[in-house]
Amino acid sequence: MNWVTGSAFVYISAVKILVVFTLLMITIAFWTLVERRGAAFIQNRLGPNRVGPGGLLQPVADGLKNFFKEETLPPFADRALFVLAPMMAFIPAFLTFSVIPFASPLPTPWGLVGMQVADLPIGFLFILAITSLGVYGFVLAGWSANNKYALLGGLRGSAQLVSYEIAMGLSAVAVLVFAGDITLNGIIARQQASVWYVLPLFLAFFLFLVAAFAETNRLPFDLPEAESELVAGYHTEYSAMKFSMFYLAEYSNMITASALLVCLFFGGWDIPFTNWDNTPPWTVWKSLATFAAFSAKTLFFLLFYVWVRWTLPRFRFDQLMDLGWKVLLPTALGYVIFTAVATWALEVPGRAFGVREGLILAGANVVLGYFFFRVLDRNRVLGGPANRGRKVWRTSETTRRL
Amino acid sequence: MPISVKTVSRPTSESSYVRAALKGMALTFKHLLQPKWTMQYPEEKESATWSISSRYRGTHRMAVDENGKAKCVACGLCPQVCPANCIKLIPGEDEQGNRYPLVYEIDEFRCVFCGYCQEVCPEEAIHVGVHYENAEYDREGFVYDLQRLMAQPHEMSTLWDPSDPKGE
Repeated sequence: MNWVTGSAFVYISAVKILVVFTLLMITIAFWTLVERRGAAFIQNRLGPNRVGPGGLLQPVADGLKNFFKEETLPPFADRALFVLAPMMAFIPAFLTFSVIPFASPLPTPWGLVGMQVADLPIGFLFILAITSLGVYGFVLAGWSANNKYALLGGLRGSAQLVSYEIAMGLSAVAVLVFAGDITLNGIIARQQASVWYVLPLFLAFFLFLVAAFAETNRLPFDLPEAESELVAGYHTEYSAMKFSMFYLAEYSNMITASALLVCLFFGGWDIPFTNWDNTPPWTVWKSLATFAAFSAKTLFFLLFYVWVRWTLPRFRFDQLMDLGWKVLLPTALGYVIFTAVATWALEVPGRAFGVREGLILAGANVVLGYFFFRVLDRNRVLGGPANRGRKVWRTSETTRRL
Repeated sequence: MPISVKTVSRPTSESSYVRAALKGMALTFKHLLQPKWTMQYPEEKESATWSISSRYRGTHRMAVDENGKAKCVACGLCPQVCPANCIKLIPGEDEQGNRYPLVYEIDEFRCVFCGYCQEVCPEEAIHVGVHYENAEYDREGFVYDLQRLMAQPHEMSTLWDPSDPKGE
């Protein structure tokens, strides 16, 4: 069967945009509930369970509340940017999901339909480019509100996003090098043909995971919001739907990051231990089954986000920067070189990487991971400047001098 | 570093972030599966681990004798002892010379629920009650008259017993 072309492609793409957007919105809505109930369960409470069966309609109640709340526009704010900022956060957050493939191709009377909104040849680069745009939303929100806490939040947000962007991109470069492909479909196909990349590229997975937490401003890296320090960070002055847009953007980013982790390291929509799902002829059942597999994996990472959020306390800002620049960045750089060398050494002309190469690299990753975690585990990496064995300027010395 | 931080040097096993993080993840996961403490209030008012204390001092109740009349003899001790001055008592006397309250009103909004009225009452007539759901639609509803105080169905507080301070 051929891929859809012509005017059918346009219509089907429009339908796909609609469906994916709606699905994302619904997932986000229910994820706010899962977040709150997960938090409650971890704290031995029950959480919101009053609206609808088991609290299922709580997101609807929250949404209604936000629609009817007053839109505040502080007189001291920069009006244009204040209104623009939530959109700047919202649009890139939803745009990134468009390149993520979420099921095997679906056969229709008009031809084969790829189950992703846009199959871009630059795939992963698009995601990197668009997620970076999200930082403008935070910075503009923080600056235009003309509130010192919001500004601090925005500044922290920009510093954090810019720092972790690099680590995130570099750790993904290892995947791109090993797969020899930059489209997400290509990466998934390679994983289906060999092993999931979490095995041969475990360290890249770990770096990407940490960077993804930082990129989505989730605890332990939620310094831009830091409600105990900065009121509500960059969205302090926002209310009603403008605030909701930041909220939606945050959760959308979370979903995209989870989906991306799944695509890059967990085989995307691949069902493990079978080739049934990734060989033609394509059927509707295959699409449904692979979509279920993809959703299950993504939901696992979303749950992981919630779990981590209610476990780990927030990093201090200097610890955050240390981790980004002194741990993740050099490790990711070194890992790119390691993967490049390994890929070059393992390469056999005319033959793609299979299970054998994957397992060899997995073994190498066990060794590398051991050293990485050993160094990371020493208190000197995350213990702050005073723990680093370097003599710092102490008050006792100055007081003695005085 | 302009600010110096006092650091306590600890062994790696205690100061390791990775190990602590994993330990924390395990702990929160354990809590995820544990039974929940929440009591679903309007439906559940008691649980296996909690019930309201018999010493609770809530809205008042007037004890009633076997003839269905208030035990109060209008001695005037409770308005006298009341620190919030919330009891209004106008005494009356019948043909046999028995005193009884013509008007007995307690403004529950002024009341501080100290329980002195119950402690001071020689006839064990006025009591504070083991009761906490007192919502009304207007302020007048909080001035309880004698009829209402007599009609309250809830339990009477046992107050604090000095000979049994822990309530055993």
